[in-house]
Amino acid sequence: MSLLELDNLSKTYPGGVRAVSEVSLSIEAGEVLGVVGESGCGKSTLGRTLLRLIEPSGGSIHFAGRDLTKLSRHDMKAVRRDLQVIFQDPFGSLNPRHTVGYIIAEPLVVHHVGDRQARAKRVAELLNIVGLPEDAASRYPHEFSGGQRQRIAIARALALEPKLLVADEAVSALDVSIQSQIINLIAELRQKMNLAILFISHDLSVIRHVSDRIAVMYLGRIVEIGPTETIMTAPKHPYTQALLSAVPRPGVARVDRVVLKGELPDPANPPAGCAFHTRCPKVMDICHTKRPVLAAPGGTLAGDVACHLYP
Amino acid sequence: MPAEALLTIENLRISASGRPVIEGVSLEIRAGEMLGLVGESGCGKSVTALSIMRLLAEPPMRIDGGSIRYDGQDILALDEHALEKLRGDRIAMIFQEPMTSLNPVFTVGDQISEVVLLHRDVSRQVADARAVELLTRVGIPAPAAAMTRYPHQLSGGQRQRVMIAMALACDPSLLVADEPTTALDVTVQAQILDLIDDLRRETGMAVLLITHDLGVVSQYCDRVAVMYGGRVVEQAPADELFAHPRHRYTEALLATIPASNPPGTRLPAISGTVPPPGKRPNGCTFHPRCHANVARCSVDMPDLVGEAHSIRCWNPAS
Repeated sequence: MSLLELDNLSKTYPGGVRAVSEVSLSIEAGEVLGVVGESGCGKSTLGRTLLRLIEPSGGSIHFAGRDLTKLSRHDMKAVRRDLQVIFQDPFGSLNPRHTVGYIIAEPLVVHHVGDRQARAKRVAELLNIVGLPEDAASRYPHEFSGGQRQRIAIARALALEPKLLVADEAVSALDVSIQSQIINLIAELRQKMNLAILFISHDLSVIRHVSDRIAVMYLGRIVEIGPTETIMTAPKHPYTQALLSAVPRPGVARVDRVVLKGELPDPANPPAGCAFHTRCPKVMDICHTKRPVLAAPGGTLAGDVACHLYP
Repeated sequence: MPAEALLTIENLRISASGRPVIEGVSLEIRAGEMLGLVGESGCGKSVTALSIMRLLAEPPMRIDGGSIRYDGQDILALDEHALEKLRGDRIAMIFQEPMTSLNPVFTVGDQISEVVLLHRDVSRQVADARAVELLTRVGIPAPAAAMTRYPHQLSGGQRQRVMIAMALACDPSLLVADEPTTALDVTVQAQILDLIDDLRRETGMAVLLITHDLGVVSQYCDRVAVMYGGRVVEQAPADELFAHPRHRYTEALLATIPASNPPGTRLPAISGTVPPPGKRPNGCTFHPRCHANVARCSVDMPDLVGEAHSIRCWNPAS
């Protein structure tokens, strides 16, 4: 059994926006699954829903064998030790009125881990792990740069030694030279702690670098999922192909690009049939009426695509 | 290649509350050229861009020296009236966040027509017709209907198209684009950058493209200037810069991005962070983070030397 198994997970917001539709996937212990897609595709809602920061509208979330959707608030709190999250804006998620030491120790306090002395020791240890000086504990978030603040957020997320980390655009707001430091740190910690990560990003080059497998989302659904190299070198879904060719890379000529027409349709009113058919360069008749599905929801090792081009 | 550049910035120096932000920037853009200005936050690229339009908040910002010459005129010597005639007419600017640059209480049509009416002695009908023409040109579907819409009724990509339409209203000869696609998705980014590229090829407009995205620069710009710590540290034709970066900062920046590395490998990171204005070290600003620094780097700031490919480095990559 996988560490995390989502089965037909859905989230419909009031007003009828289906942010996440029938998503099934699994993550093994120690595995990094990259989730990529454009704004409005539902990737952040997916991350928050599987943590039950947002209540799902349907489907199930099995984590370490337990269905999280069936847990009471009290039981859920206990499970949260093993499920942590880091966000894009490390400033918005750190309380400016608390010291860094307090911020990092807070999860330990909430879960009644250790006494004051043991917690202080653990904070020092965590600061060391994420590459911050020990005296950082007595300082405040505003005294740190964006990259350092993200290190603080990571230290807090790791305080309870979680099994699964949801990283939601965790390096997107950082400068290039800082981004690589944080990517290296996340990779290192994952190795050391056998941490599974759901790595959400709009940046394909970052996703490629950190992920074992990649899931591509469009309008709330996974349209393609597979091993990183398969997705990056032999993408099947026309949307994956377009997404890959739209990324400008240094030293790569702008030839043979698929530039998509139009923009993401309104998620409250998704097109019938395949949701991508309005922008698809390879659209066929069937795409207007019938929604293609993944062959093996939950994912196979070889990869899977929801597209009528591959019946 | 014309002898005189359209825009020439020479030894520009700007401070904020007495702290030097821009410490001697020189740049040239010729008609029809797209120059990329790249660098990380705090390097001074946006301040440089704003100074061209004299849009700096003065005070606390202050231009301490240098010159900005546009088409023979000294921009730093112009009065507010002359500047207003230049802005939006000969020199136009687009920003990262179109929502904050558009007025939420006026329709798209009103806002584009206003630019035309401000700079041209034409009737409202003519200005409206020009607005529809511009919306068509930037690829807004059903442009006549779009005239009556408000900014919040448009998507992010469409708002940026409207901003571009406004910028183009008077056929400017220079477009300053400050991170125009940073807030947009990659598929929409490709559409917007292709549009800007097509327009400059058609009209001969020069473009100063400010971005932190090396991939964008590589694909669209003729030449690139890399900024660090308030100075241009390297300047070269785009192909040349990406094939043979010589300044150690450019070299490190290109090496550190995930796209330059095999998946899963440790990225060659640049240690430390960009020093903020007022805390920049002596000598070369990059030396504390540089893996190739020599004794001289911590003492003297190197000059920008070279013609087509210029660098500011005591120990450049060969």
